[in-house]
Amino acid sequence: MPGIREKVDVCVVGAGHAGCEAALACARMGLETVIFTVSVDSIALMPCNPNIGGSSKGHLVRELDALGGEMGKNIDKTFIQSKMLNRSKGPAVHSLRAQADKAEYSRAMRKVLENQEHLSIRQSEVIELLAEDLPLSQGYYEKKITGVRTYTGAVYEAGAVVLCTGTYLKARCLCGEAITYTGPNGLQAANYLTDSLKSLGVEMRRFKTGTPARMDKRSIDFEKMEEQFGDERVVPFSFSTNPEDVQIEQASCWLTYTNEKTHEIIRENLDRSPIYAGVIEGTGPRYCPSIEDKVVKFADKERHQVFIEPEGLHTNEMYVGGMSSSLPEDVQLAMYRTVPGLENCRMVKNAYAIEYDCINPDQLYPTLEFKRILGLFSAGQFNGSSGYEEAAAQGLIAGMNAGLFLQGKEQLVLDRSQAYIGVLIDDLVTKENFEPYRMMTSRAEYRLLLRQDNADLRLSKIGYEAGLVTKEQYDYVCKKERLIASELERLNGIKVGANKKIQEFLQSKGSAGLKTVVSLAELISRPELSYELIEELDENRPKLSSDVIEQININIKYDGYIKRQLKQVESYKKMEKKRIPVDIDYENIGNLRLEARQKLNKFKPVSVGQASRISGVSPADISVLLVYLESRQGTL
Amino acid sequence: MADTIAAIATAVSDSGIGIVRISGDDAIEIADMVYRSKTGKKRLADVQSHTLHYGFIYDGDSLVDEVMVAVMKAPNTYTRENTVEIDCHGGIFVMNKILGAVLKNGCRLAQPGEFTKRAFLNGRIDLSKAEAVMDIINSKNEFALKASVSQLKGSLSDMVKALRADILYEIAFIESALDDPEHISLDGYRERLEKKLLSVQSDLKKLIDSADNGKLLKDGINTVIVGKPNVGKSSLLNILVGEERAIVTSVAGTTRDVLEESVRLGGVVLNIIDTAGIRDTDDEVEKIGVAKAREYANNADLIIYVVDSSRELDENDDEIMNLIAEKKIIALLNKTDLEQAVSEQKLADFIKKMTCMSENKGFRIIKTSTKENIGIDEFENAIREMFFGGELNINDEIYITSQRHKEALLESYESIEHVFESLKNDMPEDFYSIDLMSAYASLGRIIGEEVGDDLVNEIFGKFCMGK
Repeated sequence: MPGIREKVDVCVVGAGHAGCEAALACARMGLETVIFTVSVDSIALMPCNPNIGGSSKGHLVRELDALGGEMGKNIDKTFIQSKMLNRSKGPAVHSLRAQADKAEYSRAMRKVLENQEHLSIRQSEVIELLAEDLPLSQGYYEKKITGVRTYTGAVYEAGAVVLCTGTYLKARCLCGEAITYTGPNGLQAANYLTDSLKSLGVEMRRFKTGTPARMDKRSIDFEKMEEQFGDERVVPFSFSTNPEDVQIEQASCWLTYTNEKTHEIIRENLDRSPIYAGVIEGTGPRYCPSIEDKVVKFADKERHQVFIEPEGLHTNEMYVGGMSSSLPEDVQLAMYRTVPGLENCRMVKNAYAIEYDCINPDQLYPTLEFKRILGLFSAGQFNGSSGYEEAAAQGLIAGMNAGLFLQGKEQLVLDRSQAYIGVLIDDLVTKENFEPYRMMTSRAEYRLLLRQDNADLRLSKIGYEAGLVTKEQYDYVCKKERLIASELERLNGIKVGANKKIQEFLQSKGSAGLKTVVSLAELISRPELSYELIEELDENRPKLSSDVIEQININIKYDGYIKRQLKQVESYKKMEKKRIPVDIDYENIGNLRLEARQKLNKFKPVSVGQASRISGVSPADISVLLVYLESRQGTL
Repeated sequence: MADTIAAIATAVSDSGIGIVRISGDDAIEIADMVYRSKTGKKRLADVQSHTLHYGFIYDGDSLVDEVMVAVMKAPNTYTRENTVEIDCHGGIFVMNKILGAVLKNGCRLAQPGEFTKRAFLNGRIDLSKAEAVMDIINSKNEFALKASVSQLKGSLSDMVKALRADILYEIAFIESALDDPEHISLDGYRERLEKKLLSVQSDLKKLIDSADNGKLLKDGINTVIVGKPNVGKSSLLNILVGEERAIVTSVAGTTRDVLEESVRLGGVVLNIIDTAGIRDTDDEVEKIGVAKAREYANNADLIIYVVDSSRELDENDDEIMNLIAEKKIIALLNKTDLEQAVSEQKLADFIKKMTCMSENKGFRIIKTSTKENIGIDEFENAIREMFFGGELNINDEIYITSQRHKEALLESYESIEHVFESLKNDMPEDFYSIDLMSAYASLGRIIGEEVGDDLVNEIFGKFCMGK
């Protein structure tokens, strides 16, 4: 069939949050990149909640930013309200969350993409992946990706392809008995790529998720709701955003509650819910249950919170957070109207559940490349995750690695002690996931080290080396690091004794008097004191910026805890460093228990550390594996 | 760089002589902390490598045992690490105390097979022996796991499970509040947690104390009585226990449940399980009893196989032998007061054929009459002989198990201490859950359970969250 034939470096399929980051990363690394989307109007679309960030997701955005991603910068340009969550808790769980102006967010990201050198946007549905068999097997690889074909017959030859298809593959939306075969927000589904993937031997599965209704702002009575304000002083997401630029006038959100009447309507109509009627085949996420799920599972709860959030400044659509549903439209309306303030609400968009094809990510390396297909990467909901931030984080890593792969360089794997992104990807490719995966702070075992405040210190170097972070930005981080180190040294070095001035000072701050000589650092470590508070005892302190002071306070106050985690990281790293060669044959290691052998064969871990996290592989199996690897090394 | 490990290195028997082995960079320093020479002046760190030293082991200030200590410096040792071996002769109890004292001073309990693993990884064992090394690790671990779970008394394992459930609930509550601060509040939570943890800690303390008394484990040799129905199994148990426990009738198949008794015979403690008679049957209830008997026989250290000498051996006896062929066996040729259909020789030939063992090495036959109380003394002698002759020894892992349990309990206790410390210092809630998670993981090791997705499941199961 005649058609357009082009040669590029990378094809990115899908222009959601994963696709945008992947495409930008590749293009910024200097590779000719095409990003495909079924509609350019859906670039960086937020089809569900109008927020970026939140607990642990805020961490992902900051890490993404430190690595040179775009999401943090984009939300800083387009947010309409911002809060630092968990401020009263420890610094490790502080998390930024911003309300986005959805249309602006999408438009701003589109502008970035449109003006990015080496990047072209193509509105076209990719229906086929082109691949060829490898003449000689290279590790686990059996095939090599060569490009993509679109519905209109165009062929784009490429050395690497990144799949970021989100919820579009064979998508189906359900609202009671009404079923449409569309993607999110009524957009066209992608119905062909699944078959192409299957023919390449990729195993597909089906997940579902859902979204609540959007209401006409004019029909809502806000008098009956509690107003929710943003923070007085906004902290930007991006390390490169000037904090003064984000002190804007903020929009409000509103809090209201369901009640017994709401629950009654839901219970009475459960038989009309496609989930309870068994029409839905996909597995949904437990962390964002539909309102009918909440009512059934937590029957003893008298009410559930409902957050009414603006979708933007130039629209009257309001998002009804906490009440996603797949009940029929008439039931939805009846149930929404029982909620105080929504008595006369008019629905702009009904709530719906969406089902889509995705993969089991155990088919991927921690680099997000397919184990069997050289040059094919994937990210986002296609990998069985959920959430804009999770998608964007994977998108950046998949894009970077596609780039590094084409440049013939070593690919990037962040480990669990380096970043939430590392935890996210390691969980995806190592653990058995049965529902869309969402990031949570409890999943990060070294979370005291992986704070949102130190993402730049942790990751900027990696972003800089890949060419995604500017020299200026990187130099700033290096300088910051030096300032922190020298100030910590100084504070530990200066000793103060129990003289009158100090005892009086301590008393005035409600702090116990001194009995022996202590360092300034020891004083700062007291819960009731801080670096700022002891200023008058420290006459010769240098002038430092607030971000440096923040690091000093945290490092001193949580020193004991941080040291304990650093020690755990040490032993963790040891096992991560022990690589498992690709030609290992677990069937030959008879001393492994059968279950371990099967699991290892399935997951094909890259390191002994990764192997140890596979469920069904015991510490004894790991000992056996170590002995085997040692004996192999000796005989080779 | 390797951390220092310790374990009882010899099979444990009541003969009393055993070795506690320490291996690793700090082995000698740690030994110095528990060792005192006669004059009190000698330090093991100063002695020459590969020398033997007389002295005493102290746990803190209290004397534990009189010992010989071998000091061997790297690399010419089994593990190629600094190694100290403490030869003691005080029996199981003392060995355990010495091990405990050593562990307190900075080494950790060796994993099953870890000495061998280290010897291999440090190049001490020939590469061609890798297969054998892996076998040792594998079988020792299997056994340790089995021992850990099966040796724990039911009530204690229930207690550990309950504690874990309590701890997990608290972690899940904290984490769900961190994850969804707008839905779940931690106001007033600290007081509640503190109260809860006081009770958790006092339960842990009780468990630790019982580990010290050795009460955590079922002591003794797991002994199972098997035989066809109505050969006199229950009568035997009654004689040994000294009371009418099992229902004894002459109707075949009357012992349908499994009875268990602890009996001291000639200085050896036997945990005796009486099983339903094994025969091919259609009775559903009896079938369950037979299945149970199989399971118990599988886990036994010693089998008492009772044969009715007045009835011919049949296919049911074949079946029984298949079940117990790999075990140490004492066969009782019972009912010698009746007319004999099976002679001692015939039974011996039968067992030899079925098990490939030879008499007095693997199995023994004793003629008894439970009705007339004949042969019980000989039976007792046989048990003593087998045990103290080393033929019937208890795998060291069983004794190590109690140390493992204790170590895990102590770790868990210490983690809870950390939480109290954080509470005292007014640390934010997210610090609590980190230490609570360690406590949860430590307790899991006792009952052989990993952490896995427990927390995530608990969060979603117990707390309503999400947009």
